[in-house]
Amino acid sequence: MLNYDIVIIGGGPAGLGAAVEAYEKGVKNIVIIERDKYLGGILQQCIHNGFGLQEFKEELTGPEYAQRFIDKVEEYDINVMLETMVLEITPDRIVKAVNSKEGVFTIKAGAIILAMGCRERPRGAIMIPGTRPAGILTAGTAQRYVNMEGYLPGKEIVILGSGDVGLIMARRLTLEGAKVKAVVELMPYSSGLTRNIVQCLEDFNIPLLLSHTVIEIHGKDRVEGVTIAKVDENREPIMETAQYISCDTLILSVGLIPENELSQKAGIELDPITGGPIVNEMLETSVPGIFACGNVLQVHDLVDNVTAEARLAANSAIRFIREGEFGKSSIIVKAGNGIRYVVPQKINVDNIEKRIKFRMRPVNVYNNAMLVVKSGDKYLLRQKRQRLTPGEMVDVNLSKDILKNANFEEGIVFLVEEG
Amino acid sequence: MELKEITCIVCPLGCRIQVEMEGGEIKSVKGYSCSRGLEYAKNEVTMPKRTITTSVRAIGGHLPLLSVRTKEPVPKEKIQEIMLELAKVEVKAPVKIGDVVVKNILGTGVDIIATRNLYVK
Repeated sequence: MLNYDIVIIGGGPAGLGAAVEAYEKGVKNIVIIERDKYLGGILQQCIHNGFGLQEFKEELTGPEYAQRFIDKVEEYDINVMLETMVLEITPDRIVKAVNSKEGVFTIKAGAIILAMGCRERPRGAIMIPGTRPAGILTAGTAQRYVNMEGYLPGKEIVILGSGDVGLIMARRLTLEGAKVKAVVELMPYSSGLTRNIVQCLEDFNIPLLLSHTVIEIHGKDRVEGVTIAKVDENREPIMETAQYISCDTLILSVGLIPENELSQKAGIELDPITGGPIVNEMLETSVPGIFACGNVLQVHDLVDNVTAEARLAANSAIRFIREGEFGKSSIIVKAGNGIRYVVPQKINVDNIEKRIKFRMRPVNVYNNAMLVVKSGDKYLLRQKRQRLTPGEMVDVNLSKDILKNANFEEGIVFLVEEG
Repeated sequence: MELKEITCIVCPLGCRIQVEMEGGEIKSVKGYSCSRGLEYAKNEVTMPKRTITTSVRAIGGHLPLLSVRTKEPVPKEKIQEIMLELAKVEVKAPVKIGDVVVKNILGTGVDIIATRNLYVK
């Protein structure tokens, strides 16, 4: 059996960030396991810019951002296993993996960092009625075709969902000569970043139809068109508003799901809202010594935040292999009115050095609202926020001193107060 | 007096910036939170610019395409012209990240650079 201090599962931005951080902090007996042929993960197909403003203070494309880390992995000669699939991890940190060279093999890990990322929600998950022709694909698949393989998946396109990848692809397909007829969004707001609405849709006069959805797909062998309709406040289609749009391709950008089959097999407890593991202030999952970071933990908007999270996971893993198990997390963190989820979901104040960052998403759009942290009836923090929207993750930093005022039994609650 | 409302696209904050114009001149800029945002807003009302990111054909590389971008933002109205010009470009592997693929594209003074390494197959 192989032996590593830290085994990192996934060679995308989270795994790369964790590996580089661990190495720089002196833990060198580590390995990154990646199922693809190359490191970098999904960044390699995100050829648009906007990455790295926080991390490198410059605006990079996805491949450029990835390469900064890949260069370090190569410089440090960190062990990388490519085209290797992890089959199973166990609660006592045995990793079983397979590749075509070694066959099936096992690794004993001092600590494990989960960095498997997420995958796209497919058509089946949103149950659009209609036929099943060719020409229906997720935004990420379309992105791979256009940016990596060199194929244009269609010429007349409708995009369902206004997630960031969908918006980016609206622009990309337009630049490559396709006609994007509309971006259709079920919710009354976009789930993408405002800057992407401006530079991907408004720049190219692509209509964004909010509170609309696709109610039927037409075509036998190939998509011929879709019927869309406005939806009411219960998100039920209003049939009188139905209209037909002819198109040869329907692209879905309807959400991302953290990829946690391995975590589940290891008995790691998942958060039903985030789809990622429940973690404490060290980003440790419910299984001691197994940590999570990046999109496998919660779907991020910005890779810079993934890198920051990966660093924390790496430092926690190092502390675990040096000092052993952390004390029990005694304060439960809850999402209250207006907040969909908060990560981490539990904390132990003793493990926090100075302050801790909580990441969360609101359930709705709020303007000039107060973001509030309470413990029982006591206010720990009230912060004015100009704009809160589900499409943009919210950060709240709390200092150890503030957290010491929390009532352990009541836990702490994040919520939005309007007006 | 004309008031233009802009959403900044420099970073994900998406600041809403108000620019007051009079006779084609900028009178005041409000709502930005960094110097890059101020510059973006000024450009946006006079000569809007964008960074173009796309790909060009690659020959003999480990991938059929090489991803590229304009090294600096270019005038927005040039986007289509530049895309058509890049449709004709082919590069041979190997290419290093940051290499200039097209110098001074269409006389804009801006180079097209590679955004990834391309290895020989």
